[in-house]
Amino acid sequence: MHEKTLAELSQALQSKTLSSVELTQHYLKRIETFDGKLNSYITVSPDLALNQAKAADERIAAGTATALTGIPLAHKDLFCTQGLRTSCGSKMLDNFIAPYESTVTQRFIDAGAVTLGKTNLDEFAMGSSTESSFYGPTRNPWDTERVPGGSSGGSAAAVAARLCAAATGTDTGGSIRQPAGFTALTGLKPTYGRVSRWGMIAYASSLDQGGPMARTAEDCALMLQAMAGFDDKDSTSVDQPVDNYSASLNDSLTGLRIGLPKEYFAGGLDAATADAIDAAVKQFQALGAEVKEISLPNAELAIPAYYVIAPAEASSNLSRFDGVRFGYRCNDPADLTDLYKRSRGEGFGPEVKRRIMVGAYALSAGYYDAYYLQAQKIRRLIKNDFMAAYEQVDVILCPTSPTPAFKIGEKIDDPVSLYLTDIYTITANLAGVPGIALPAGFANGLPLGMQLLGPYFSEARLLNIAHQYQQVTDWHQRAPAGY
Amino acid sequence: MQWEIVIGLEIHAQLTTASKIFSGSATTFGAEPNTQASLIDLGMPGTLPVLNAQAVRKAVKFGLAIDAEIGMTNVFARKNYFYPDLPKGYQTSQMDHPVVGKGFLDITLDDGTVKRVGVTRAHLEEDAGKSLHEDFQGMSGIDLNRAGTPLLEIVSEPDMRSAKEAVAYAKTVHSLVRYLGICDGNMAEGSLRCDCNVSIRPKGQAEFGTRCEIKNVNSFRFIEKAINTEVQRQIELIEDGGKVVQETRLYDPNKDETRSMRSKEEANDYRYFPCPDLLPVVLEPAFLEEVRAELPELPQQKRERFVSQFGLSTYDASVLSAQRELADYFEEVQRVCDDAKLAANWVMGELSSLLNKADLDIEQSPVSAAQLGGMIQRIKDNTISGKIAKMVFEALANGEGDSADAVIEAKGLKQVTDSGAIETMLDEVLAANAEQVEQYRAAEEAKRGKMFGFFVGQAMKASKGKANPQQVNELLRKKLDS
Amino acid sequence: MSFDRTDVEKIAHLARIALTDDEIPATTAKLSGILGLIDKMQAVDTRGVTPLAHPLETTQRLRPDTVTESNQRDAYQAIAPATEAGLYLVPKVIE
Repeated sequence: MHEKTLAELSQALQSKTLSSVELTQHYLKRIETFDGKLNSYITVSPDLALNQAKAADERIAAGTATALTGIPLAHKDLFCTQGLRTSCGSKMLDNFIAPYESTVTQRFIDAGAVTLGKTNLDEFAMGSSTESSFYGPTRNPWDTERVPGGSSGGSAAAVAARLCAAATGTDTGGSIRQPAGFTALTGLKPTYGRVSRWGMIAYASSLDQGGPMARTAEDCALMLQAMAGFDDKDSTSVDQPVDNYSASLNDSLTGLRIGLPKEYFAGGLDAATADAIDAAVKQFQALGAEVKEISLPNAELAIPAYYVIAPAEASSNLSRFDGVRFGYRCNDPADLTDLYKRSRGEGFGPEVKRRIMVGAYALSAGYYDAYYLQAQKIRRLIKNDFMAAYEQVDVILCPTSPTPAFKIGEKIDDPVSLYLTDIYTITANLAGVPGIALPAGFANGLPLGMQLLGPYFSEARLLNIAHQYQQVTDWHQRAPAGY
Repeated sequence: MQWEIVIGLEIHAQLTTASKIFSGSATTFGAEPNTQASLIDLGMPGTLPVLNAQAVRKAVKFGLAIDAEIGMTNVFARKNYFYPDLPKGYQTSQMDHPVVGKGFLDITLDDGTVKRVGVTRAHLEEDAGKSLHEDFQGMSGIDLNRAGTPLLEIVSEPDMRSAKEAVAYAKTVHSLVRYLGICDGNMAEGSLRCDCNVSIRPKGQAEFGTRCEIKNVNSFRFIEKAINTEVQRQIELIEDGGKVVQETRLYDPNKDETRSMRSKEEANDYRYFPCPDLLPVVLEPAFLEEVRAELPELPQQKRERFVSQFGLSTYDASVLSAQRELADYFEEVQRVCDDAKLAANWVMGELSSLLNKADLDIEQSPVSAAQLGGMIQRIKDNTISGKIAKMVFEALANGEGDSADAVIEAKGLKQVTDSGAIETMLDEVLAANAEQVEQYRAAEEAKRGKMFGFFVGQAMKASKGKANPQQVNELLRKKLDS
Repeated sequence: MSFDRTDVEKIAHLARIALTDDEIPATTAKLSGILGLIDKMQAVDTRGVTPLAHPLETTQRLRPDTVTESNQRDAYQAIAPATEAGLYLVPKVIE
């Protein structure tokens, strides 16, 4: 049953050829079998899942089911789940059981979905490889010597290895799209403000956005339908109607204008990825799209700007972890300062500490203008680039990362080289525009990813384009060997 | 050396909203610890703030009342520092774009002169919790009920030149926020708190001296004492060849001294930046007009009206207008008795001392404005004398009658104005004091004044205070001088 | 510009993060590397550019002033490291 996509499982559940309890037990069994090696889950919740599955079967029988009722899902372990540990992949929150439910997970509960567990991530979502987790690295099911990408690497590995039907992720600088690219998944980062951030433990508030990770665009549409929408608990949530994402999947691509940003195809891009995108361009042309070169002239400034803005916000967002009201507290603090310093020094891992320090530095007296303010100005330039591009084209097509998945440990001692892997994804977060990553081919058995970036609130169009591509290609149907 | 004192105040006024500035927790004072601390107030991971509309409205009301520029686009920023009463590790405040910009307040000094004090800005922010220092095995306890209560921080220009001016300014702000109904002004409960920035400079020097900030002074009396003590400390320090160090100090009322706050010693680098969880607050001109239309008559306007409409002295007018409820009471008394001067005298005299003694607010006055006004009417129409009125007032205060008339009737206090009756009574008094009458008549003109008073006293005593004093005077003079 | 040991110690203190002596050299080197990366922004002339804090540039929504929360102290303090008499305990606060 795990071969089926979410949409297919949904049909099987609705037609009662399959029960949610059976399906849930099947996934729990697979997790038990495979996750020892992959480490994609931090917490598995069999009791909760089976109770939810039972309730889902009753709901299906009662005829009040939604498309997601009874579907076993996994959630990135930074969505707060009441009564189920939310660790953020950190020692700091190893003992943290949130006393409330995030809006995103609550919406899945309301839709009748099943929670299999919480997936691994880079500590506090700070990373691109899921290696900085307190719970150890997650392995890529396509090659277990390699990373699944990050920070939503646990979700990516779990979906790719068929250890859940789909999963949630979050994307601050590419954390949905890059791991989707590394594991041959479809992952969507919505427009900033489309998905509520209430209960999603913040890394960088003005960049963070939750989204779905699944096997197909069609599955992402079903997932996003449940996740998206206005939430009065989040001031940055946008009060705008949600499109019917499944309804437009089959729209024609005739006349679609696709832009290829020339800056994204310059030096540093892996040849196989470049070839894969060339091939995709031909597919889109065959589907009726027009493709032309465009320019995002400030793209190369995205990484420096991002690595000021995100750490600056993070340094402040993570100040609440002080050992007083929740989370890790050091033993026998000598005084107040010792309580703070050791709780944080011992509770956070090295990458989190580095980003907090970079952020504190960028905001500190005498450096604010040169770093934080300059980064915000560059953010404006990058947004302007996108707005200008969308005057000429409907969507932008580019790679998700310069190379396929790299080896575990390969970049761990060189943060800067790790940061550079986000070069193609970060701009969308700075501008707040939506992006969908989808598989575009394979090289040496490793998935190659591409992404489509659209104007604000163009999620339905992005899903439509990805779906149409997936009707004429089969990259998304391939499964890693052994899973 | 002649020193000039320079003072600026930062006043934190808790806004009277039902819920907190960014959460739906109640703001009630005195609840059990941490029972009014929600997920948001506790800084629970994943929680987000949403701004309270009333907090904005009340801040704008203040801005309009002091003729300030209103920040049509105002922005919340984070002030980052670690402290146990600050759950998120930052205070959500406003920095570069406050809701209220430059404005001013006119303060009236004791000698009746009016001084204009600049208000630099007023911004919205969240209050912190409280550290309780009772000993829990050598630990402090943290109560976060207060965390997230909306505050308006009102920052003055360094325009004050004495502790008395600072107190007058603080009182003016106190009176204004209560008039506007945006803060209850209860200093004992910390609803209004004051930080005093104090420096000194040689008279005539243009540059300011180094200032010290005295934190959290919680009464008008302490503002005056704390500033004077701090000024003295700075003068002695400089005259002994020392230097004032910029720092935060705490006033200890028991020792009447200020001391350096150890916890705030290290130079703070607050790393302000715009709060990414909140968007810019954009105000519409129509909203401003709506709030402006709600503005009550303000203390200063009321004071001026009391002077022009009722002919009160500036001093009386400012006492009576300082508090909205007192002003309303006075105006009601005036309306009933149609004599502003008598009304002012009674409200500021007998009534105020009665309330002071019983520690009551004007709203709790045992004598209503209608009762007091009715009583003054009886003074005016000579039914009772001022002296008898005090007895009537006391009776009203003790609940011995529904109205002055009822008390006068029940106690038989009606003034005697019948000249015949008074003359008879005076004849008896003079007959009983024949010796003094002889002495009076023999005395020199200059000494007669005091002796005359004796006969008046005897006459009033004989009439149990009920004889009309004016008539007693006239008739007595006629009889003695004839 | 790059970090030296003193800078790192200063920032670590500002951020209330204890670093062991062993951690300092590697942290210093890595932070210097990151600083080198972000310093690439300095070459850009951004005069006249308005900083962008939020991508969508929408405005703050206001919440009606109503009390929606009730006392949940027990549930919230169940996950606290140290409490007594309803208070969160910390090493002595000295003012």
